[in-house]
Amino acid sequence: MPEIKLTITHEVGLHARPASAFVQTAAKFSSDIEVTHGETIANAKSILAVLTLGAHKDAEIVVKAEGEDADEALKALEELVLDNFGEH
Amino acid sequence: MITLVNTDMKSISGIPASYGIAIGPAFVFTRAEIVIESCNIQDPEEEWKRFVQAQEETTKQLDVAYLKAQEECGEEEAGIFGAQKLMLQDPELINTVKSRVNSELINVETALYETAESFALQLEAIDDEYLSARALDIRDVSSRLLRNLLGLKDSPADGLKIPSIITAQDLTPSDTVLLNKDYVLGFCTEVGGSTSHTAILARGLGIPAVVGAGEPLRKIKTGDKLVVDGDAGEIIIDADKKSLKQFRNRQEKFLIAQADAEAISHQPAITTDGHQVEVVANIGSVDDVQPALLSGAEGVGLLRSEFLYLERSSLPTEEEQYESYKTIGDAFGDRPVILRSLDVGGDKDIPYIDLPPEANPFLGVRAIRLCLSRPDIFKPQLRAALRAGYGNNLKLMFPMVATVEDVVQVREVLEECKQELRDEGHDVAEEMEIGIMIEIPSAAILADQLAEVVDFFSIGTNDLGQYTLAADRTNAQVAPMASGFQPAVFRLIKMVIDAAHAKGKWVGLCGEMAGELLAIPILLGLGLDEFSMNPPAVPFAKRLIRSISMEHARQVAETAINLKGDQEIRKYVQEAVPEVNRG
Repeated sequence: MPEIKLTITHEVGLHARPASAFVQTAAKFSSDIEVTHGETIANAKSILAVLTLGAHKDAEIVVKAEGEDADEALKALEELVLDNFGEH
Repeated sequence: MITLVNTDMKSISGIPASYGIAIGPAFVFTRAEIVIESCNIQDPEEEWKRFVQAQEETTKQLDVAYLKAQEECGEEEAGIFGAQKLMLQDPELINTVKSRVNSELINVETALYETAESFALQLEAIDDEYLSARALDIRDVSSRLLRNLLGLKDSPADGLKIPSIITAQDLTPSDTVLLNKDYVLGFCTEVGGSTSHTAILARGLGIPAVVGAGEPLRKIKTGDKLVVDGDAGEIIIDADKKSLKQFRNRQEKFLIAQADAEAISHQPAITTDGHQVEVVANIGSVDDVQPALLSGAEGVGLLRSEFLYLERSSLPTEEEQYESYKTIGDAFGDRPVILRSLDVGGDKDIPYIDLPPEANPFLGVRAIRLCLSRPDIFKPQLRAALRAGYGNNLKLMFPMVATVEDVVQVREVLEECKQELRDEGHDVAEEMEIGIMIEIPSAAILADQLAEVVDFFSIGTNDLGQYTLAADRTNAQVAPMASGFQPAVFRLIKMVIDAAHAKGKWVGLCGEMAGELLAIPILLGLGLDEFSMNPPAVPFAKRLIRSISMEHARQVAETAINLKGDQEIRKYVQEAVPEVNRG
């Protein structure tokens, strides 16, 4: 299963608007996507699960995807995080 | 701002969440109870159809709520409904509900309620104010779904027919979106903090709010006459005529200043004859940044660092402090933010620091004296500040300095921290300005010596008053003497300003006095360079400074310091500077 490591640079962490954007992006793909922070694993398409990760600023997360569009999904999520969720 | 409190009136204290004064009848908001009968079902498919239908209905309602909130309250409020819509479609939530209905053959209401509640509890269990508030959102979505499933239509908001102050245990976005905003004068809630939904909404709407007022709020009934003092965090029930008149005055002044603020609060504080001073804010947490910026403050004259040390059981780490200082420093960009090192002892205690009891805590090991004796507390704070000040205009200031020796010791520790940080490869604010608070008479008298070893002074009139007059400001019988409105205190302030200016250093003032309209002409006339006050006072202060001349202020100051006492000075300024009465 392909996976990527990302660091959350956004001020509020993977909460609030960044969390919503993350989940909405993940939901565009048919692959199963999971995101891990520390020992907690969450369904990347579930806002409730992603919030409970408690990923603050500078948190390192691992995103894994499985399915037809797995690579595209990881690429899209990577771009979103690297782009600081569209905020500069 | 002077507030007289009549002890006969009933008042309830809470957290001031949004500034201003509201006066009006109470409207007690109680949510209609949702009763779920848990039962077994025969046909899970039929049950699931009901859920999908309710989900569709709820989606439509949230879309309407989004648009309504966007129009009435702005993007921030509307965003809540965007997030709620994501929760409504959350695959983890939906799949759990579905599988429980299918496997346990229970009705969808029970499955939904229990699943949503377990997510809410998980969010609440994480020690994070933001996530706790999201627990409210998931419960809000689940209630909305349940009301649609059960065919409940009535909203308690329908009862609001006249302009009122809303009191409630807590308010969800779904509650508030239905309220007719033309009829909302203010908010009071039992629970919540300054970042709760009600607090954010109130600030967005520009109406006063007091949150976290606790159970005493329950004795309020719809129709009770209330005053909400959003500046002090007080709710007054059945205020007497005299205080009602005072509140009306303050309300009127506040409304005028609010209107004026649009026009002048973001302009510089320049007297009519061209003398410019700085008007900055006193703040005590990251949450205060936005109100300070909106008030027109040109920076922060006093950032109290105690917020990082309170409501916890151990010292904050260097990293935690760094994050907060950096966020605040960066928010103000080039504008100054003056961080005061930890100021505890005296009347401020922090349990885990383990301060030994003292016979005279105000004359004991407090503030810088404590910090110098406890490098484990002091150094992480200095290191965090030196790192956080890189790339912005953060300055450091030290409270309770009495002698030049104190400053020499502080500088030694500071240099040590700088060297450590350089060795570790950190970016360090090498040129960070260092100042001290002048609040001990000794420091005021030695101002000429101290001006040689620091970059600036900030006068703390609350303590300077109590130490100069030997009047404990926490003892009600002598507290008025400690107000600082004394010729002796003004003379000390003059000494400090003159001594600093002679050495090319600037002087600010961050006690209550800086925002008191009666004191401003005197302080201005004495040559004060920077006035630091609570954000609501900023527009008033700027307007006053912009309406008088420096020449006149100098004459007023000269006369005032030669008057005989507190009352005489107040009366004189009121007559000599009629502009102070404009609010």
